[in-house]
Amino acid sequence: MNLGTRKILDNSFTAVGMGSIVVMALALLVVLTPIVYNGVGSVFFTGTIEHRTMLYKEFGRGDAKAIETQTATADRYRAEAYRMLSDFEQEMEGMSLEASRQYRSKYAPVRAAMSSLLGPLPGDPVPMLTRFQYGQTRWEKAEEKLHNILYEKKWDYSDPTVMAKAFDVPRAEEFAGTKLAPLFSYAERHLADMMQPQFTVYWGFFTDRSLDAHIFGGIWPEIQGTFFLAIGAMLFAFPLGVIAAVYFTEYAKEGFFTSILRSANSTLAGVPSIVFGLFGLAFFINTMKVSESKSVLAGALTLAIMILPTIIRAAEEAILSVPKTYKEASLGLGSTKWNTIVTVILPAALPGIITGGIISLGRAAGETAPIIFTAAVSVGSAIGIADVFSSPTPALSWNIYNLASEHEMASEIRHVQYGMVLSLVSIVLLLNLSAILLRAKISQKLKG
Amino acid sequence: MTAEHKESAVEAQATATRDIYIPSERASVSGGGRPHVVAKDFSIYYGDFQAVKKVNADILSQYVTAIIGPSGCGKSTFLRAINRMNDLIPSCHTTGMLQFDGEDVYGKLTDEVLLRKKIGMVFQKPNPFPKSIFDNIAYGPRLHGMTDRKQLQAIVEKSLRKAALWDEVSDRLDRNALGLSGGQQQRLCVARTLAVEPEILLLDEPTSALDPKATAKIEDLIQELRGSYTIMIVTHNMQQASRVSDYTMFFYEGELVEYAETAQLFTNPKDRMTEDYITGRFS
Repeated sequence: MNLGTRKILDNSFTAVGMGSIVVMALALLVVLTPIVYNGVGSVFFTGTIEHRTMLYKEFGRGDAKAIETQTATADRYRAEAYRMLSDFEQEMEGMSLEASRQYRSKYAPVRAAMSSLLGPLPGDPVPMLTRFQYGQTRWEKAEEKLHNILYEKKWDYSDPTVMAKAFDVPRAEEFAGTKLAPLFSYAERHLADMMQPQFTVYWGFFTDRSLDAHIFGGIWPEIQGTFFLAIGAMLFAFPLGVIAAVYFTEYAKEGFFTSILRSANSTLAGVPSIVFGLFGLAFFINTMKVSESKSVLAGALTLAIMILPTIIRAAEEAILSVPKTYKEASLGLGSTKWNTIVTVILPAALPGIITGGIISLGRAAGETAPIIFTAAVSVGSAIGIADVFSSPTPALSWNIYNLASEHEMASEIRHVQYGMVLSLVSIVLLLNLSAILLRAKISQKLKG
Repeated sequence: MTAEHKESAVEAQATATRDIYIPSERASVSGGGRPHVVAKDFSIYYGDFQAVKKVNADILSQYVTAIIGPSGCGKSTFLRAINRMNDLIPSCHTTGMLQFDGEDVYGKLTDEVLLRKKIGMVFQKPNPFPKSIFDNIAYGPRLHGMTDRKQLQAIVEKSLRKAALWDEVSDRLDRNALGLSGGQQQRLCVARTLAVEPEILLLDEPTSALDPKATAKIEDLIQELRGSYTIMIVTHNMQQASRVSDYTMFFYEGELVEYAETAQLFTNPKDRMTEDYITGRFS
């Protein structure tokens, strides 16, 4: 191979390498941008008076005076809309049976949309579920509901060869000539007056309990549950893993038994996490009966088993990378083997061990499958530290899935889902960052 | 061969009790010269490979004994056998007898931890712990149960002074030892070994990783310590062996070829092989 070909090969390899890095960075950007943008929207958003009222009534926070004046203003504008509704209802009473029936079926969606925007209408009984007790708490949702009031969505089936197309029909036309007709332009003009939008910073999103299955409130139970599970898993897995690694590197004699153990460990690292979940259910809950049913303890134990191989591997690598000379020096001074391990080898291996530990902590925080059967519930309040032995807990990973796919109002609470995803990603990133910093700090100390 | 080295062993034993060879510029060591380490038909194996073959020798207390020989001749293996550092190698085992102060080093009841406390070792590459200078020196005493801060400070100072390092590091005892230069690190390792008050110092090519200046300091240090400790030094550098040692052992392919007073071995070797080696005909 001559010089020219070699140079071309070198350069093209560099180009391919750079290209793959750029592609990865772009992919990361594509994934992270909507998460960050929408996730931030769960804390910083334009909130309506309904949000402030809800916070005041349910969480006891907010400026009572300001809320009162704003509510008064909003109610003034709403009263006009309510008047139009009741006027039209009266008008329908006077219509012919045929006309009244026709209008009634068209009127029902309008009324429902109004109720969804503004909360219970005058004369309605107080709803049982909190979600129906308030109107829209977020401005962009309010605008969406306004659209539902203004337009009826219809489907165009005329061309059987393509999928039906949706198109909007203004309701104002359908109610032309009735007393409801002015409502539509009124609502469009005075939406802001009725909702009193205001830029809101809702830190409570991270610290509040969830209210009515996450339709209001925050995600504190999930955050706390995630920490309980991840830290609980570490409490079991970290000491066990380090002890196992010390055994493998310092005590085990190379032989059939050891190689079986090693390959068992490697195999364990490759087992799909759902299998760990089922194992946790079958072993910890059904066989060992560590708890009656799902509990944080059972979940933490399952996660611990899942991350154990990683911790053992990382600790083993870290211990093996400690220079042999440290060991010789210590033994040469008349130290026992155990003392050498504790006072010289483990401290020198600490950066590597800790890095492995924290990365496993991040993994434990993010895993869903192992906790489905052992620890996670969809909706719940934050549990006390004493309840970890008996109570299940909500957790970010599981609730992200649950809210996005199984929640009955999934499309109404996208911001909560994004907020949870961003929180989880941030927690894992923060953990990894702290691992890097801690490692750097300890290495610095060891190097002097 | 056997006859010769028996002869030299007999000779060594004889000199041990009677008139010891005194290199011209060196004084005799008072109270020294008793057999401190005694090897009888002592062999070391790595698996099936016999690395040291039936060595018979007395190492005399308080004197400096150098071990020379080409690479792979078993000199380091022999040195490391004395404080049982070879135990770290699983395939390594021994036959014959090795005694320290009349006790069997490889006896079933021998506590190798206690043994290593009495027989300190300094290694080829400086290997301070990644701790502060103070903690490095205090490591051994703490290990053996000393907790009093004042006592520890006294020991650290004493050991550093003995190792001729005190003046250079006394103002930065809390700094990490890895920040010292190579020569300082090696003297620190000596001080660390001295802090546990051993009877024997084993030096395994202590200057091979050092520059000439640092080497000179280590050699001076060995001179300082001569008379207080029994010192054994493995070295590749024949000038060094002739400069620092009272006795020299020449190993070749696992056999102790010649063991004699240093001056005699370097000026008038009895064995042809020794002569070839010290005149540089092979290495």
